[in-house]
Amino acid sequence: MAMQDINQGKNTTTHTYQGLGPSLLMPTWLMIGIFLVLPVLMMLVYSFLTKEFRGGVIWEFSLNAYDQFIFDRGLFGDDPPKMEWTYIGIFWRSILQAGIATLLCLLIGFPTAWFIATRVGNSKSIWLFLITIPYWVNLLIRTISMKFLIRENGPANEFMMSIGLIDAPLQMINTNFAVQLGLFYSYLPFMVLPIYASVERYNFSLSEAAADLYSSQWVTLRKIIIPTVKPGIIAGCILVFVPSLGAFLAPDLLGGAKSFMIGSLIEDQFGGQAGNWPFGAAVSMILLSMVLIVLTFYARLQSRRAS
Amino acid sequence: MNAKIDIRRFPGFSFATYLCLFLLYTPLIIVMIYSFNDSKSIMLWGGFSFRWYEDVFWGLEAPKFKQAAINSLSIAIGAAVTATTIALSAAVAMLRAGHFRGKGASLGLISLPLMVPEIVTAVATLIFFSAIGFASGHATILVAHIVFCIPFAYLPIAARMQGIEASYEQAAQDLYATRFETFRLVLLPLVLPGVISGFLLAFIISLDDFIITNFVKGAGIETLPTAIFGSVKQGIKPNIMAISTLMLLVSVVIVTLSYFANRSGQGKK
Repeated sequence: MAMQDINQGKNTTTHTYQGLGPSLLMPTWLMIGIFLVLPVLMMLVYSFLTKEFRGGVIWEFSLNAYDQFIFDRGLFGDDPPKMEWTYIGIFWRSILQAGIATLLCLLIGFPTAWFIATRVGNSKSIWLFLITIPYWVNLLIRTISMKFLIRENGPANEFMMSIGLIDAPLQMINTNFAVQLGLFYSYLPFMVLPIYASVERYNFSLSEAAADLYSSQWVTLRKIIIPTVKPGIIAGCILVFVPSLGAFLAPDLLGGAKSFMIGSLIEDQFGGQAGNWPFGAAVSMILLSMVLIVLTFYARLQSRRAS
Repeated sequence: MNAKIDIRRFPGFSFATYLCLFLLYTPLIIVMIYSFNDSKSIMLWGGFSFRWYEDVFWGLEAPKFKQAAINSLSIAIGAAVTATTIALSAAVAMLRAGHFRGKGASLGLISLPLMVPEIVTAVATLIFFSAIGFASGHATILVAHIVFCIPFAYLPIAARMQGIEASYEQAAQDLYATRFETFRLVLLPLVLPGVISGFLLAFIISLDDFIITNFVKGAGIETLPTAIFGSVKQGIKPNIMAISTLMLLVSVVIVTLSYFANRSGQGKK
């Protein structure tokens, strides 16, 4: 998404290497084509195969993986089909968790982005740098840190008890809240950066005009600023929502059994107990389709705005 | 301008920013502090000591972590070098080779690893290698890492190249430099800060990856993140906090280097 900006920016495209384009791109095509596009197609094929019990597949066409996602046909598969809500429920919970995390990121991220974009001179880039550093710290380590911080006898609880805010430790770890907090913490910089880029381009004479016409600060924010920087807000929301949806570490390390999300469901089919490759492939396909729908929707919104 | 109201300032926004930094940094700082805890329990503070760092380097689990660190570093260097080379070549094609068929699709392809959720990439790669009968291990991890490092290397290189005016290269060509000489003697030195920055980001992304590595590594080989994850499953032990602190510092140092690499060139223009 950020890439489109780069290539549609100033037109400094030159022709020094005219004619070499395709051969210079060959390594990229081969690498991503063979080791990403082809594997995704293979995954699509696998989702229509029959499972082998020790993991892996039998090369026989079957719709079982998708059927299992929607219907419950009993232990031996010959009962009349009933709706199976388990997996749909996991998807629903993932959407909800990712949505709440996105909302939290927006609540904190928007004021932060605004604040940074309105700094002057060098301090702006230092602020931005401070916001981006945690993103480059290993996600696993950040999630472990969060687990350490909010566990039952952890520093967060101890601190709140010592200042008398609570009497007994709060159960934060292994709750839905912990997962939301973990996702929020993982992807917060993704919200700040695109909104920052939008605010940077915001024309402050619009705010002046509004102030001259006796608009209050908050009315200006609601009626002028937010609609103007909306592209950045939408981009930020997508950048947080999409990775949150398929997250594995936050629900696995911070959530309990009740906070199972799509990522854990997929992992379970390959590394964990379930060992059902076609089902894992099918769930991955469904997740990928959802993400592609969101991204296509976004791309259409972008092009409509551009035209 | 209205003197009474500062249109750029909203009450509470600076508070939100400080809250944002507080939330981002507190967990990391707490873990750093507790990595120096002398107590065997992670709950009580037993005084300052380096014992867990000693434990990481010379303790019982040291050989395991050492091997994992060697694996992580060798894969990260290999993946970053390859991905940066591929990305540089792609950036020259996208920004310096005029128009050709498939250019638009190429941009989509370069950004594809960013759009596909990581866990889906992991599953697809695992299935692919298993279907062609390729044994999991060092090579599968390396290949998977190269693929998702390409866009991270591409972004800073392309951003940098975009800012370089074509006239330098045109001048070189007017003076009968071949295209390869133009690249080597003019474009490459100018774009170098972007290349370094791209390399460092790719390096860090590879070093940090857990999910894809966990799927494609197979048995018997661990990288630092998978080794740490395995340990944490049995509870957070103090030595994990020491390792985490070390990795955290490595990341911060590399990102800082990358930041300055990117800025160094901008001042010269």
